[in-house]
Amino acid sequence: MADTSVPLQQPSRSRDLDKLLLRPGNLVGPTFEPGEQLSKDLDEYVRILVVGAGGLGCELLKDLALSGFRNLEVIDMDRIEVTNLNRQFLFRLEDVGKPKAEVAAKRVMERISGVDIVPHFCRIEDKNIEFYNEFAIIALGLDSIEARSYINTVACSFLEYDSDDNPREETIKPMVDGGTEGFKGHARVIMPGITPCFECTIWLFPPQVKFPLCTLAETPRTAAHCIEYAHLIKWDEVHRGVPFDPDNPKNMKWVYDEAVKRAELFGIPGVTYSFTQGVVKNIIPAIASTNAIISAACALETLKIATGCSKTLSNYLTYNGSEGLHTKVTEFERDKDCLVCGPGIRIELDPSITLQKFMDLLEEHPKLQLSKASVTHRGKNLYMQAPPVLEEMTRPNLSLSLFNLMGKLPKDIVHVNGMTSKNDQKTSCLRKLRVVFKGVDGVADMDTAGGA
Amino acid sequence: MAEPKVKYDRQLRIWGDQGQAALEKSNICLLNCGPTGSETLKNLVLGGIGSITVVDGSKVEAGDLGNNFLVDQSSLGQSKAKCVCSFLQELNDAVKAKFVEEYPDTLIETNPSFFSQFTLVVATQLVESSMVKLDRICREANVILIFARSYGLTGFVRISLKEHTVIESKPEHFLDDLRLNNPWPELKSFAEGFDLNVQDPVAHKHIPYVVILVKLADEWAKSHGGSLPSTREEKKEFKDLLKAGMVAQDEDNYREAIESSFKVFAPRGISSELQQILNDSSVEVDSSSSDFWVLVAALKDFVTNEGGGEAPLEGSIPDMTSSTEQYVNLQNIYQAKAEADFLAIEQMVRNTLKKIGRDPNSIPTATIKSFCKNARKLKVCRYRPIENEFNSPNLPELQKYLTDEDYRLSPFIVNSSNLPELQNIAVGIYILLRAVDRFAANYNSFPGQFDSAMDEDIARLKSTTIGLLNDLGCNSAALPEDLINEMCRFGAAELHAVAALVGGIASQEVIKLITRQFVPISGTYIFNGIDHKSQILFL
Repeated sequence: MADTSVPLQQPSRSRDLDKLLLRPGNLVGPTFEPGEQLSKDLDEYVRILVVGAGGLGCELLKDLALSGFRNLEVIDMDRIEVTNLNRQFLFRLEDVGKPKAEVAAKRVMERISGVDIVPHFCRIEDKNIEFYNEFAIIALGLDSIEARSYINTVACSFLEYDSDDNPREETIKPMVDGGTEGFKGHARVIMPGITPCFECTIWLFPPQVKFPLCTLAETPRTAAHCIEYAHLIKWDEVHRGVPFDPDNPKNMKWVYDEAVKRAELFGIPGVTYSFTQGVVKNIIPAIASTNAIISAACALETLKIATGCSKTLSNYLTYNGSEGLHTKVTEFERDKDCLVCGPGIRIELDPSITLQKFMDLLEEHPKLQLSKASVTHRGKNLYMQAPPVLEEMTRPNLSLSLFNLMGKLPKDIVHVNGMTSKNDQKTSCLRKLRVVFKGVDGVADMDTAGGA
Repeated sequence: MAEPKVKYDRQLRIWGDQGQAALEKSNICLLNCGPTGSETLKNLVLGGIGSITVVDGSKVEAGDLGNNFLVDQSSLGQSKAKCVCSFLQELNDAVKAKFVEEYPDTLIETNPSFFSQFTLVVATQLVESSMVKLDRICREANVILIFARSYGLTGFVRISLKEHTVIESKPEHFLDDLRLNNPWPELKSFAEGFDLNVQDPVAHKHIPYVVILVKLADEWAKSHGGSLPSTREEKKEFKDLLKAGMVAQDEDNYREAIESSFKVFAPRGISSELQQILNDSSVEVDSSSSDFWVLVAALKDFVTNEGGGEAPLEGSIPDMTSSTEQYVNLQNIYQAKAEADFLAIEQMVRNTLKKIGRDPNSIPTATIKSFCKNARKLKVCRYRPIENEFNSPNLPELQKYLTDEDYRLSPFIVNSSNLPELQNIAVGIYILLRAVDRFAANYNSFPGQFDSAMDEDIARLKSTTIGLLNDLGCNSAALPEDLINEMCRFGAAELHAVAALVGGIASQEVIKLITRQFVPISGTYIFNGIDHKSQILFL
């Protein structure tokens, strides 16, 4: 039954939300236009992507579905585990082993009629970039820096700047990001080009501290040293070539037993099986309440961005409930030279350059050092490393001129997906490049450049 | 049923088996199961709370389907308490879930003894008059009470009980208990066994920084009439001495010593916060004293006598550059002292218990051990009766909030219609949340609850607010019109996202109170969903 068919006297499903969306307000965003049309637009046109269907993702799906959003999608590559059940309230014991995204979507749709949630059981990198452009807002419920960084780069890749280097409003892809650890968490709003992107403030996430190998090998002092010795040194010595699998209980037990032996040898207390798991898998403690708080803050901000119904968070909220309750809003500043949300790295090229030569340049470029590149231009694949079918299809382009492949435009944005090294680790990355062809001034000069 | 150890793994890493056992033993009552209450319980049921009783007299309406995940289409017309209860049961079969189909206001009025069976009551969406009555009942029965309210884009959470004491407060940043500036004889002689001028470079770079600092602090004190570095210049000089002691650039132990030198400069003895607890009148224990105060009485005795001004030693040391053997030896020295301190305290506790006519063994050894380990981190939280706060709030504090710069709305969204003397939005929300209850008591509906009377309601809320501010003794203050208008716009709406947030905070506080770990909120937490500049008010 559609809401509009309910007689006026009878309170409708949207009884509470209507107060916020149908009535004019004083402390609201500049774009706020209250009325039936706003609820209708939210209902019909606004698509939201929830990245991650874990502790935050489950809450986000519920919160968004009960905040007027009807069209949701969720992406997650993980399957449900028993240890999720203390907080991921959409999952039951009998769901263990099933894909999170699929079960989460199904559960919310079962309970809230009229909501459509499309699940994607895959890695975030498996989707092409255009997939992410379909959404009005992307809500992130992730627990890794790498995944946040990737989505951030994708969202920022849509951003275009005008000739004065001001962001074009229609190309801004807002993101709302949350994270928790124990009783602590953060929620933030990212408006690429306006507020700092994830990369602008990457220092907020310091890299994990690792023990020096010589300490592990020669002077162990703590239980963690003994565990990491068994995990990082002893395992390889004994199981030459067999990689350690943290999800294999036999592997974990072996590391634990070795750690116990070493701890006994050196008289070090504190090695337990649970602690061994914690150290080896870098387990972050997580509880339902904190996830609920942070997700709700993110969902509320998503609603505000989509409707303008109140002031938005500007731009970073930290929450700490361990000693009393401390919340703080910090207005972080953009990094104007940010590789990700800035106007892009300008690369001047000779119009005769081939795609292959261009890719070689990317590898040598000091700011990029980007290998295994896949190149797209305006959503068109110029060269793709994978899957094999696409690779084969795009391979002939390698010997063609980039200028021609880009439709003989004198300058334009090119997206490159590839690998770069950061802290001695290869990570996948996406970069936005402003390609400018030398000697090609503009449309009027097209003829002279057409010879390549 | 899943193995609880595995299912609860991610939370056991926070509050341990003891915290979990406390949760599983507790009996929680929820008043009103709208989204705020439902979300509070959802988080607790997932974590394995012992038993729950949901109290709500209303039937599920269409509007409830739009803001509460715990009811669905099939619940329409049925008891809300029953529907919410059955969904909660589905989340965790280890939890005992019950419901009472009754309006909380009626229960408070007609059956006050109902509440004494619970460990804790979560009272959501109550109006002021019911809050005051329930608070009296729960205080009388020694039941922990938490109020939570969601109202438009605002809300509050307020704990109420006479006293909550915490041994395991688990602060994130706390100075290690190393006694570098006040070493006991065994630590001193351990340090003396090291030669800072040792020729072997490997030995030199493995001297634990604790040893380096104890020795250097001792040398400094000898040449400075017994005092340690206190001025900026002296502290710099001390660090320079440390730098001069390095024989190679890559000596991590000396780098750690320089970074930790502030631990030498810290004052000896106990903190003023702990002193305040020792000075509390509850330290004069009798047969009705709680275990906590019996332990504190022993602690006070220890600090003044055996401890020589210090609390019992914690007994653990941080990781530091060292050979394994020396680190383990050092650890043993700290542990031995902690054990000796514990035994002294234990003796005092047993004696005290005997003196006040209790079984000397009525406090378990494990509790005394934990108390000693956490003696420097004890917390005592006391809450004013809600009636006192409502009738005579702390006026100087209230005046301070009214003029607090930090919590004002950002200037660009406050237009010129605001009166300059009051722009702190959190305190404005606090006053308006009280004003809407006064409004409801007078006019039988909340301001803006119905579309038809908006203009009239705004004018009425404004005069209600002025009346309330006068009654509180803030005659000169006035609230921004924007905020009053917003409050009318909210029309008592319970938005799901706000309810999930406020309920989330309430459930986090329940966990802290029940596990007796971490520190609960001590004032009234005002949630500001407009720009998230929320604040705790101490009134």
